[in-house]
Amino acid sequence: MNAPDYDKPLPDITPLTQAFWDGLREHRLLLQACRHCHTVRHYPRPVCDQCYSMDSEWVAGSGCGSIHSWTVNHHPFHFAFKRESPFVTVMVDLTEGVRMQAPLRGAEDVALKIGMAVELIYEDMTPELSLPAFKLAAV
Amino acid sequence: MSIRDQACVTGIGETKYTRETTRSQAELTYEAALAAIADAGLSPKDIDGVVPYVMGGVIAEDFVTNFGLPDLRYSALTPMGGASSVAALQNAALAVAGGLANHVLITLGRGALSTGRITDRIGQMPQFRLVGEFEMPMGTVAPAQFYAPMARRHMELYGTTSAQLGEIAVTFRKHAQLHDNAMMQKPMTLADHQASRMIADPLRLYDCCLESAGAAAVVISRADRARDLRQPPVYIGGVAEGHPDSPSTITQRPDICRIGLAKAAPKAFAMAGVTHQDIDVAEIYDCFTYIVLCQLEDMGFCAKGEGGSFVQGGRIALGGELPVNTHGGLLSQAHIAGMNHIVELTRQLRGQAGARQVANAEVGLVTGYGDLGDGSIAIMHR
Repeated sequence: MNAPDYDKPLPDITPLTQAFWDGLREHRLLLQACRHCHTVRHYPRPVCDQCYSMDSEWVAGSGCGSIHSWTVNHHPFHFAFKRESPFVTVMVDLTEGVRMQAPLRGAEDVALKIGMAVELIYEDMTPELSLPAFKLAAV
Repeated sequence: MSIRDQACVTGIGETKYTRETTRSQAELTYEAALAAIADAGLSPKDIDGVVPYVMGGVIAEDFVTNFGLPDLRYSALTPMGGASSVAALQNAALAVAGGLANHVLITLGRGALSTGRITDRIGQMPQFRLVGEFEMPMGTVAPAQFYAPMARRHMELYGTTSAQLGEIAVTFRKHAQLHDNAMMQKPMTLADHQASRMIADPLRLYDCCLESAGAAAVVISRADRARDLRQPPVYIGGVAEGHPDSPSTITQRPDICRIGLAKAAPKAFAMAGVTHQDIDVAEIYDCFTYIVLCQLEDMGFCAKGEGGSFVQGGRIALGGELPVNTHGGLLSQAHIAGMNHIVELTRQLRGQAGARQVANAEVGLVTGYGDLGDGSIAIMHR
């Protein structure tokens, strides 16, 4: 990574997952799908657990979903997250049938509930790295 | 074919449990191992199988080097985090039942803060690869953060409360005060629990286990050899391990309120030929209070969603219907990754638990939990 001041944990990107991270950098959500049975899977892996095909492709995700669960991180555990603690992390059921976990921004004062609609946003951390986050969907 | 009652716990050993240490994990491990072998009335030369803890700083061959084992003919690893110790019981029981070894030593040593924090180690472990790439960059780096959404969803779906989790912590603290090798001797009230700072909502500080230095070890012997040893044998009646769906990331697990133990428990009960009503004492892996509650449900002591009310009213305290973690557990005795739970169950079933003794304890169970949801269970009897 070309960002010496960046002090948060970096993803250990592999050839298997490169497209996902490239997509985030371009502010696009790319999800891995089986080319044989079309089941979407996340996180990326070599084999489809439904039909055992090892042939996959990348499909565009909607970025829309609903809250499955969450936590409010008070103790940062990693020094780099101290400055933004407490922060909310949500597990989200995407409409594509897989889940994502990412911070929920701008909802510090909201009483969260399972099923609340959220949408994906992108946070540019370094020139090479963008991370996913969510915000509550406009009603 | 079943391995029911073909293997026994014949020796147990522990070091003093402390917050920090200047001793290596290996030294602590050898001390506990020698204590366990002596407790069984065996010589180190009798040990012919070793199942060490994956992250315990020793390998099986180190026991040849240090103890002069003349014929190490069985060794294995059970890489399941906090479920490793009880999974090792299954592994060792199978080895002795199958005639591959007579006396298998199982060890677990930890250096706590002295060997780096758990959080620092996780990212290096292959089973956390997915979490490392897709969750840690966004700030989910520690077990409390991995498990908090499980507890939060349980609360939202079933009305489970923080005070109910607190009941678990307070109960185990009371038990720890009856154990002179428990780290936490200071009394804890429910108000103390509720006032403890939030770590990862809904988990408060007192919902989280300790970090500890120390080691524990047990010797597993073939049943026909166990009867002539120094201690009354404690039989492994039923044993099983279970892995949840999506074992390496909770985020992608279809039901995040159900863990691997749900698959393992029915097999262990069936193998042992006992029912829940037969269990006199339970030592349940307690890295976090919620994990105890979830395991009580997943083992079938109550229905899913009823764990909160199940743990209330003294049911899991000494003198209650199902005494749980009579030694104080990881929450108040020490975090020896559940090997201390096996030691305590053995003491209870031998009738050697002193002030903590469950009267007439004949049948008990011990569980392990780790690596984001793996489970293990052993049902033992005297």
